[in-house]
Amino acid sequence: MTNAAEGDGMSTYRIQGATGDWEVVIGLEVHAQITTNAKLFSGASTKFGSEPNANVSLVDAAMPGMLPVPNGECIRQAVRTGMALGAEINRWSRFDRKNYFYADLPQGYQISQLYHPLVGEGSLMVEADEKAGIAAPKTIGIERIHVEQDAGKLMHDQHPTRSYVDLNRSGVALMEIVSRPDMRSPAEAGAYLRKLRSILRYVGSCDGNMEEGSMRADVNVSVRKAGEPFGTRTETKNVNSVRFVMATIEYEANRQVDVIEGGGTIVQETRLFDPDRTETRSMRSKEDAHDYRYFPDPDLLPLELSDAFLSECEASLPELPDAKRTRYETALGLSPYQAAVITADVETARWFEALLGETAVAQGKSEAEVAKTASNWLTSDLFGALNRLGVSIGDSPVTTANGAALLALVADGTLSGSLAKQVFEIMLETGDAPGRIVDERGLRQTSDTGAIEAVIADVMARNADKVAEYRGGKDKLFGFFVGQTMKAMAGKGNPAAINDLLKKALG
Amino acid sequence: MSDLTNLGIAALRDGFRAGDFSAREAADAFIAAVAAGRDLNAFITETPDHAIAAADEADRARSAGELRPLSGVPLGIKDLFCTAGVQTTAASHMLEGFVPPYESTVTSKLFGAGAGMLGKLNLDQFAMGSSNETSAFGNVISPWRRGGDTVALAPGGSSGGSSAAIAARMVPGATGTDTGGSIRQPAAFTGTSGIKPTYGRCSRFGIVAFASSLDQAGSMARDVRDCAILLEQMAGFDPKDATSLDVPVPRWEDNLSGDLKGKRVGIPREYRVEGMPAEIEALWQRGIDFARDAGAEIVEVSLPHTRQALPTYYIIAPAEASSNLARYDGVRYGLRDLPDGAGLQDMYAATRAAGFGAEVKRRILIGTYVLSAGYYDAYYTKAQKVRALIARDFERAFETCDLLLTPTAPSAAFALGEKNADPLSMYLNDVFTVPASLAGLPAMSVPGGLSAEGLPLGLQIIGRPLDEQGVLDAGLAIEQRAGFTARPDRWW
Repeated sequence: MTNAAEGDGMSTYRIQGATGDWEVVIGLEVHAQITTNAKLFSGASTKFGSEPNANVSLVDAAMPGMLPVPNGECIRQAVRTGMALGAEINRWSRFDRKNYFYADLPQGYQISQLYHPLVGEGSLMVEADEKAGIAAPKTIGIERIHVEQDAGKLMHDQHPTRSYVDLNRSGVALMEIVSRPDMRSPAEAGAYLRKLRSILRYVGSCDGNMEEGSMRADVNVSVRKAGEPFGTRTETKNVNSVRFVMATIEYEANRQVDVIEGGGTIVQETRLFDPDRTETRSMRSKEDAHDYRYFPDPDLLPLELSDAFLSECEASLPELPDAKRTRYETALGLSPYQAAVITADVETARWFEALLGETAVAQGKSEAEVAKTASNWLTSDLFGALNRLGVSIGDSPVTTANGAALLALVADGTLSGSLAKQVFEIMLETGDAPGRIVDERGLRQTSDTGAIEAVIADVMARNADKVAEYRGGKDKLFGFFVGQTMKAMAGKGNPAAINDLLKKALG
Repeated sequence: MSDLTNLGIAALRDGFRAGDFSAREAADAFIAAVAAGRDLNAFITETPDHAIAAADEADRARSAGELRPLSGVPLGIKDLFCTAGVQTTAASHMLEGFVPPYESTVTSKLFGAGAGMLGKLNLDQFAMGSSNETSAFGNVISPWRRGGDTVALAPGGSSGGSSAAIAARMVPGATGTDTGGSIRQPAAFTGTSGIKPTYGRCSRFGIVAFASSLDQAGSMARDVRDCAILLEQMAGFDPKDATSLDVPVPRWEDNLSGDLKGKRVGIPREYRVEGMPAEIEALWQRGIDFARDAGAEIVEVSLPHTRQALPTYYIIAPAEASSNLARYDGVRYGLRDLPDGAGLQDMYAATRAAGFGAEVKRRILIGTYVLSAGYYDAYYTKAQKVRALIARDFERAFETCDLLLTPTAPSAAFALGEKNADPLSMYLNDVFTVPASLAGLPAMSVPGGLSAEGLPLGLQIIGRPLDEQGVLDAGLAIEQRAGFTARPDRWW
């Protein structure tokens, strides 16, 4: 077996067993719900949180004689996703039926793509993260992306002896994004998932909301001694958060090492993750595996993509996180850290770019000239405040326009740094524009030399003893005078002017 | 007034338009014939109210000058087409009592064109069969009898209710579906005409699926013109069926011509199968003579993979059926058999055991087997390759001819019970019809003459993709020369 990832940021993550160190080999199959209003093969709605069976068409319920008709938007989004991952797009692909009986699967088969997937090989890069043990950026291979239907949901808690079926999800479009077994630690798997989610959200093909089930992962784990061939893998199904994926890997790798070192062998099987007990449990072994009897769906013609369709997909792709991060570092001069933080999530990046544009206009400068100020304020002041309030940037009480206006008031000397912080707090509470707050509450900074000199004279008169000490060589008393002057001016004095005038007055 | 049930679709339409009779009179006459023909068991559900409502609307439309193409024409609908508010069973216990809240595209178009529905016609269960004996509602009995005996004969299948009802003058025309010969073989057995158009001409939306890549709706009637009239109203692109063809529907009736000058009619040598009865051989020769007489040039052609067509069909059709019929699981509609204390798997097993007939189960088993891991390539993949070769055979043959002429079935109608102990001999009935189905080609059966025992024999015409016109024209040329006027004596 070969391993494309070897040598490219070798992970040092090992399970310490009784017989030595074990390397963990991880592959992820991510099921990402495609963001569309309608299902993959029917016109039914995909709205989350509807009443059970509210979003079910005759096709979704597999009524006799009903036929699937592909939703072009789902195909488009999967193709765009493939392009964003640098993957090969297959101009000819086909849907297959995966046959099995279950009450949440009305047709008795899932329409999926086994033999000819829509998207072929691609990759994504995870950043170096020394704290997480990722020493260098690492490329994770993506084997394929195919499009398929989701199943419905069984509800066992509605009745003492009966189960109920909710078909709202039945027929919802999913992309299954299959990685190569290129990850070697829980941290790498976590970084891969976060990066994948970031790209999906940039592309707009999946909202990446793991809590609502829009993204779930099947986690394939095996262990081996360094240099040995891959071990037998287990697949833990439907893990629904980054944290749980990492916990699954950690638990499963340790369990496998224990089994092997205890003289047992790992059986290829499907497992379930139990988040309450942080463990995985066997669901079914290979011997009990279904024979899915895949065959091409005769209700559907092969998908053939035209040049015009592919060009439109390509042209509609936004700037992606890697490219954006590089541009922020080189063209805007942001630090690698800030560039990474701001580009990690598409909403943050959008917010930043709006702020940046408005700040540049407000100050009559170029974006590059104001980028550092804007990014500093965003990543320290605003992020801090949002964290405190527990809201996402999309729900920020401060608009980009008001943020830009605040930065402009600092830049033109209307507000000092400390006044700006006061104004910002009021903005967070009221959502008001900073100019209005400054006017209404008189928070304007005073740079009037005469006014400041008068206050300084008063401060010195009231503290003649301290003046004498300072003049006798006790330099550090300078800060005392600054503080007193500021206090007397209720924080509105221009700090630079106060410094200059105090130095002059104290001699 | 003479019996209106003697009129076909064109005569009914035109007589009604000319004011010779009202639509209600015509509907009443056929409703009475349906009631009088219950011994034939051609209908699963009778819908006189539907026919009367459509007739009354037609009478109103006539006086208002709002006539539609099928105003005044009542029809029989094969019970494989879902009809809103009317039980649709596919002749299976599984769907007994199932009343769809939706209308199939084909019936919706027919009703939109002014036609009424006399009832839902019996068929082989899920359209699987060639004799109507697999129906869960009892078999249809052909109105035809051999000269000199009263043995009950098969009306053909699966559209046996359609063929029997037309032959017995209970309906002027009917819908059928054809997966491997289910329109053509029953037409041949009953001295009626039936056309299966090019795959994709008629929408499959709302037709209970048997084998999706083969299923195709078509028209059945007393003659070729009536088939053309009916098909014109059934065909057309439907965005609700992804395999539906987005091409205009020609004016088949207006363009109908029995003149075959300039046409080359191919005679495939591989259809001369071993053990073919002499009277089928003679029928075929008669057909060849008719075509020549109509101006066609006769050419011999070869379809080398003909022998592989039947085994190929009996892999692909059951494979698709095994998957298509998985939805009948007792969870959402239709039969549910839930034994005491049963779990989900038990419910599936009990429901499907009770709901499906023996032939349906046999085909589900065959289909499941050929798709299984380890057998898929040997059966299904290979069958798909052979299917492509069969289609290529036709393409090559159509380089040297415009149409193909063959017998429709290897024999006249057989007696009920004669073949159902031996599925293979039953499957052999489809030997001449299956190849065109695998290639998706338009094909029709028209009566060519009578057997020594006085039973109808059919000739099949196969055309190029989308050349229904050529097929209908050749059918008309044969019809005009065959002088087929025989009809069953009324014993029911």
